[in-house]
Amino acid sequence: MLLIRCPYCEEERPELEFRNAGEAHIARSADMAATSDDDFEKFFFIRSNPKGIIYERWRHMHGCARFFNAVRDTVSDRFLMTYKAGEPKPAKLPGASE
Amino acid sequence: MIATFRIPGAGRLKQAETARFSFDGQLYAGVEGETLASALLANGVHLVGRSFKYHRPRGFLSAGAEEPNALVEIKRDAARKTPNVRATVQELYDGLTAQSQNRWPSLAFDVSALGDIASPLLSAGFYYKTFMWPKSAWKNFYEPKIRAAAGLGVAPDQPDPDHYSARFAHCDVLVLGGGAAGIAAALAAAESGVRVILADEQPDFGGSLRFESGAKIVGQDGFAWAQGAVAKLGAMDNVRVLSRTTAFGYYAQNFVGLVERVSDHLQSPGRDLPRERLWQVRAKRVVLATGAIERHIVFADNDRPGVMLASAARTYLNHFGVAVGRNVGVYTANDSAYAAAIDLKKAGVGVAAIVDLRDNPTGALIDEARALGIEVNFGRAVIRAGGKLRVSSMTVQPKNGGGERTIPVDAILMSAGWTPSVHLFSQSRGKVAFNDETKRFVPGTYAQDCVSVGACNGTDGLSATIDEAYAAGAKAAKDAGVKNIGANTVKGTKPKVDASESWSRGMLGAAPGAGPDTTVKAFVDFQNDVTAKDIRQAVHEGMRSIEHVKRFTTNGMATDQGKTSNMHGLAIAAETLDKPIPQVGLTTFRAPYTPVTFGSIVGHARGPLFDPTRKTAIHPWAEAQGAVFEDVGQWKRAWYFPKAGEDMHAAVDRECVTVRKTAGLFDASTLGKIEVVGPDAAKFMELLYTNPWEKLEPGRCRYGIMLREDGFIYDDGVVGRLAADRFHVTTTTGGAPRVMNHMEDYLQTEFPHLNVWLTSITEQWAVIAVQGPKSREIIAPLIEGIDMSDGALPHMSVREGRICGVPTRLFRMSFTGERGFEVNVPADYGQAVWEALWTEGQNHGACAYGTEAMHVLRAEKGYIIVGQDTDGTVTPNDAGLDWAVGKKKTDFVGIRGMARPDLVAKGRKQLVGLKTRDPKVVLEEGAQIVGDPKQAIPMTMIGHVTSSYWSENCGRSIALALVAGGRDRMGETLYVPMPNATIEVEVTGMVFFDEKGERLNG
Repeated sequence: MLLIRCPYCEEERPELEFRNAGEAHIARSADMAATSDDDFEKFFFIRSNPKGIIYERWRHMHGCARFFNAVRDTVSDRFLMTYKAGEPKPAKLPGASE
Repeated sequence: MIATFRIPGAGRLKQAETARFSFDGQLYAGVEGETLASALLANGVHLVGRSFKYHRPRGFLSAGAEEPNALVEIKRDAARKTPNVRATVQELYDGLTAQSQNRWPSLAFDVSALGDIASPLLSAGFYYKTFMWPKSAWKNFYEPKIRAAAGLGVAPDQPDPDHYSARFAHCDVLVLGGGAAGIAAALAAAESGVRVILADEQPDFGGSLRFESGAKIVGQDGFAWAQGAVAKLGAMDNVRVLSRTTAFGYYAQNFVGLVERVSDHLQSPGRDLPRERLWQVRAKRVVLATGAIERHIVFADNDRPGVMLASAARTYLNHFGVAVGRNVGVYTANDSAYAAAIDLKKAGVGVAAIVDLRDNPTGALIDEARALGIEVNFGRAVIRAGGKLRVSSMTVQPKNGGGERTIPVDAILMSAGWTPSVHLFSQSRGKVAFNDETKRFVPGTYAQDCVSVGACNGTDGLSATIDEAYAAGAKAAKDAGVKNIGANTVKGTKPKVDASESWSRGMLGAAPGAGPDTTVKAFVDFQNDVTAKDIRQAVHEGMRSIEHVKRFTTNGMATDQGKTSNMHGLAIAAETLDKPIPQVGLTTFRAPYTPVTFGSIVGHARGPLFDPTRKTAIHPWAEAQGAVFEDVGQWKRAWYFPKAGEDMHAAVDRECVTVRKTAGLFDASTLGKIEVVGPDAAKFMELLYTNPWEKLEPGRCRYGIMLREDGFIYDDGVVGRLAADRFHVTTTTGGAPRVMNHMEDYLQTEFPHLNVWLTSITEQWAVIAVQGPKSREIIAPLIEGIDMSDGALPHMSVREGRICGVPTRLFRMSFTGERGFEVNVPADYGQAVWEALWTEGQNHGACAYGTEAMHVLRAEKGYIIVGQDTDGTVTPNDAGLDWAVGKKKTDFVGIRGMARPDLVAKGRKQLVGLKTRDPKVVLEEGAQIVGDPKQAIPMTMIGHVTSSYWSENCGRSIALALVAGGRDRMGETLYVPMPNATIEVEVTGMVFFDEKGERLNG
């Protein structure tokens, strides 16, 4: 069971309290109705599914119930960092493997 | 029967009580505290099982958890039958009943042992090859026969009456393994004051000190030192000591699963004791001190009962005081077996000869063996074991060939060397490295915050082990980063080793006499009956990867996880492939290290505790009325209320008719309810639902549809606007949690600028639906502060007031098509208000109705149920709900997905009504619909039935269906092919009753 740091509670808590919510930093268009088919496809269907670093959304479901973002290495399952929803994609990662 | 193989004065169980036990119906006497294996050996019993595939007679290989052969069934009573218990682990208690497995009619005479004679048919990969023709014979003949003949124990056939508990624990340093290394590491860590857990799978701590008679620590016998040290640890407040506890799995971020066997060793465990306890431990640092496991030697018929590991024979002697024979032979490729020979000889057991594969080994142990008069042969091999149900001889030959000599023996003690137990390290995703000099895999690259010490790290010698472990324990405590240590700190010193044994190398792979040019049965994996020849054959048949060799031969895939077999199998494969061992590579170790019961994993989460049961406030009333309940998610809902003599059909018909004739009461409390509050509440509703909300006046309601971003219907429900900034949203019963999650997701991440608060109020309000022409007359007398006239409270409106003196949110709404109300009251008053309404209702001939009648009544009106009439691929247009989509809106979740080309294309499946030509025939929900019943099979399916009921109010069957281009097919005849007949149906509108909707105000 993974330990995940909730950036709102500022505590590491067991995975049981959290729920994954898919890839992060996929912005919903402010003018949704005018989105082209191609852009909608990218927005709704296409996910990066990387081997390595993934930026993903989690929700502290059985805690503060807040959504936040996390950076995880899909190979080692190691969480590199977590940060609040709405914050930009971090430019630098602590201890990232190549 | 007298235990004739017990050696007076030997072992550590001198004060123990006698324990009577039975094995295969025969009564024996043993000693409490020893294992079943020890007790059987004390009685001269070596034959304890039959092998998996060939049904060969088998005895004890080991004295521990690595045992592949001696698996028995332990039976406490009819329900408590545990198969595949390792006799080398099971502790004896008075009255223990054990049985051998996988034999018929008896252990000594097993007819399936013919499989041994027919073994050329059963070689590696035999499942894939031998039984492939004819095709049908696999299913009908071969598989049942093989399943009956092969296999191990029989699963229990009754529910497990035992209970299992579970604990979570946190510590700074978790030490796994309680031998010399583990104890030293735990001492060092504990003395610094950090929180330590020390666990070992055995009842007694000490690990190999249990048998290693040459170890002296701090002036004491090694085992005695271990007991003292563990007692000291146990007395410290910052230390938890767990015996009989196996660490079976090492998971991410130093999360380790352990099973503590609490009462399997007790004669009559109290009801308050769990059988096992699952520990889920999160440790800042883990110290792996899991030791090493001795390997057998791969030679012909090395599986005969009486052929065992040298260290096992030593454990039985030095710990349990039992001799494994009277005249033993020793076959070795390293020094440790000499110590076994010496201990046995000193205890008065005859040692016929030591056969050593090495050419000219030297050392103190060899000298001592010679001095005791034991015959020592260098450069020779045991090429065969004689005997069948028990070994009777060993045949010795110079290892490069030459004259044979057969020596009578009643046991053979063997040692090919020691394999470091890197299982947990490997599970932690650490990478092992091959040490070419010592020919063993040891921990290489670490993936987690752990450290290996002692034999599992490839460290030889007791002194070096304790040095390494003590330092590692201290470092682990420091690295755990605990501050302000001090109060608990105990001054400690590193235990001094005064004497130890030194065991040098060994060999891997097949021994002389079992080489590539032979066809002998030299077992590599005892539990899965894999021989050296099988592994070579796998390579010859094209397997190159060790992972393929493993799966083709099943080497290392039994419940012992190849603890003794992996390295031999790998070496034989490498030799056959002509590659160095590290290039062939080791297979992956996976949890569990030893078999774990389902009970310990499940713990208390079974029966009623498996999943929560949710009951409404009105549940007790419905129960008292004899309602039949159905499960809806976690909820128990009243399904129908049968009167005396009524079946379900009759009850539902009566309920449906009564609601439309007078009125009915329905418990709708399970509906999901969410309060959406805040200055931007209406804006938020505009974005989450397809409908327009800004202009909905406070006090009015609207049927809302929620979509996912892809444009498909996600949920629906009636929403009441209580005030400009307050909406009372209802959801489907099953959809409540996900709708809440969906709303929170958008509010927190996409629309965080909106000032809105969401609160789940499902549990706060009990909901009583009163539906039917008399509904207003039933409610009105109990209401205060709400004008109930049609003018003041029209259909689809909501008012706050009081009912029976308690607050209510009174909705005028209908899911039946009748004049109707939904009375929301605080849940604690739910049953009281229900009873008051029930009393009023009785005056008007109202009934209580359940979910089945509710379903029929709504279907008569063509009201959909999300999740039944929709399946996640249905758009509002498909469901005929275009009217609920705000045409002028510029944004809502799903607005773009709904406009995708495929979602607006012609020919999509649309929701329509179906009437069977024969009104008495009720369609089956889920049945497929075709246009032409005479077409060739497979027919083109154009839709399916989503809802179907007998409608007593319509006097006929009714159905809803999703049909391709359905709304363009009104009046068309379609067909529903069923196994016995093809049913003719007519496509109709979705409303079957009161098409004009006049009854809403009737």
